[in-house]
Amino acid sequence: MTSLAHPASTIGRVFEHRFLQYRRTFRSSIFSSFLSPVLFLTAMGLGLGAYVSDSSAVGGVSYLVFLAPGLLAATAMQTGSSEASFPIMGGLVWNKIFHAMYATPISPRDIALGNLAWIAARLTLIATTFTIVIVLFGAAESPLIVLAIPAAILTGMAFAGPMAAFAATQKTPNRFASIFRFGITPLFLFSGTFFPISSLPAALQAFAWLTPLFHGVALTRGLSLGTITDDPFAAAIHVIYLTTLATVGAWLTIRNFQRRLVRG
Amino acid sequence: MPETPPTSLIHARGLTKRFGGFVAVDAIDFDVARGESFGFLGPNGAGKTSTMRMIGCVSPISDGTLRVMGMNPATHGPQIRANLGVVPQQDTLDLELTVRENLAIYGRYFGLSRAEVGRRADELLEFAQLTERANDQVEPLSGGMKRRLTIARSLINEPTVLLLDEPTTGLDPQARHLLWDRLYRLKQRGVTLVLTTHYMDEAEQLCDRLVVMDKARIVAEGSPRELIERYSTREVTELRFAPGIAETLDGQLEGIAERVEHLPDRILLYAEDGEAAAVEVHQRGLKPETVLVRRSSLEDVFLRLTGRSLID
Repeated sequence: MTSLAHPASTIGRVFEHRFLQYRRTFRSSIFSSFLSPVLFLTAMGLGLGAYVSDSSAVGGVSYLVFLAPGLLAATAMQTGSSEASFPIMGGLVWNKIFHAMYATPISPRDIALGNLAWIAARLTLIATTFTIVIVLFGAAESPLIVLAIPAAILTGMAFAGPMAAFAATQKTPNRFASIFRFGITPLFLFSGTFFPISSLPAALQAFAWLTPLFHGVALTRGLSLGTITDDPFAAAIHVIYLTTLATVGAWLTIRNFQRRLVRG
Repeated sequence: MPETPPTSLIHARGLTKRFGGFVAVDAIDFDVARGESFGFLGPNGAGKTSTMRMIGCVSPISDGTLRVMGMNPATHGPQIRANLGVVPQQDTLDLELTVRENLAIYGRYFGLSRAEVGRRADELLEFAQLTERANDQVEPLSGGMKRRLTIARSLINEPTVLLLDEPTTGLDPQARHLLWDRLYRLKQRGVTLVLTTHYMDEAEQLCDRLVVMDKARIVAEGSPRELIERYSTREVTELRFAPGIAETLDGQLEGIAERVEHLPDRILLYAEDGEAAAVEVHQRGLKPETVLVRRSSLEDVFLRLTGRSLID
């Protein structure tokens, strides 16, 4: 009889499958994860930033320095939510590979966790590349920028967890378009990435404060500018908020994978 | 550990599956012995797939007892699945990966080393006659090739029991025969096969023993030959009449055969000697457009048991 392995290794096998799929597009993916921040920082940071004359509004630094860490967090949000939407639903509905996995000793829990681990790995790659580009642009003010990598990964997972939990309940991709259009895109624009939320009307400021991207941007920016040490309490709130979302999302993802696979 | 006789690999008593108020499998009993080739024959919706999913430990039982390899699916699901091969009704291949990658990654799910997976993949590619397509993506393969790949994949862990849910549904005759040949070889090697089908020829080709399922229950059990002997005659004479004629034949076929079955498109005469029945039909002055004498099949058994055709 075949003996059973430790759960950590069964999660690893799910991860391995996702890696095998990714290997096909590895080169173009690496290239675009490098190119995308270069283009954004050039066009918006340097190009558009040249017109931003009032540096006091953005913390007394150049617009490029202000923008770069915000874009890092926003990119992590977009990667986390897109990697957790179509690929999760697709594995359950389109090619049914998660059903194939469940026919083996791998449990629904491990399938869910293996996928989340894969998304974390993708985020690590993208956040690291992005951070290197920021440093190359001379847009990092503090060595703490290194910690912006885990902060961005956490931000991405705060979106990936709930998104994966939702995707695991869907039979078609129809609702993803609305989520991106009415959820992710507004967050991208109004969570402090491009301008401080203090420029928003008071009601919207309160709303922005509730959105996860705001906390992600606050963390990465605080680390890149080195201002995070000014208010450790706020930093702790950001981390707790994002960690809670990521954890609850992961828990719901496991539960929804169980519901979907055990029976369906 | 074994609570069931060591020869019984799968043991079910009062096995029931309910989805809300709907009873998909209604208190069925069966045993599958080691090395046996066992079939569930029945129309769509009879409860075959639900039964297979319970055996495959991916769908909890609602009631009754189920033991697979002596273990309880409720408590030992992963251990049981480690020793099962599963060929689901719909292929669950990763279409973006190559043929070989599909085999290899599936082997990894069972915790096999990369070297071991590679060795087995080569063997299975040979067995499934896919060696030449090993490095091709799966997406463009024919239905028959995908099916063979799914079967090859299910063998990567050298399973004790192979579960096949409608293995040849949707395939053309040539692809089906190739698949049957491969399954027959597995049977020769001593792999225990459990399959569902709504094709009687498939059941007759592959099953040592089978149960006929209808409306969530088992309505008969035995070898294909036993079932035919018990519920049918040796031969069947099929008569097709010109449109409108069949309805006017009231009583004119009485006594020619042990049993006469009127189907929408033809009349079946169940007789020990089909030729003699055909001669008698002509002697009575009846003029069917076509006459076909054939051996009785499981289709006839099913018709007898349920009053309905197996495939509508």
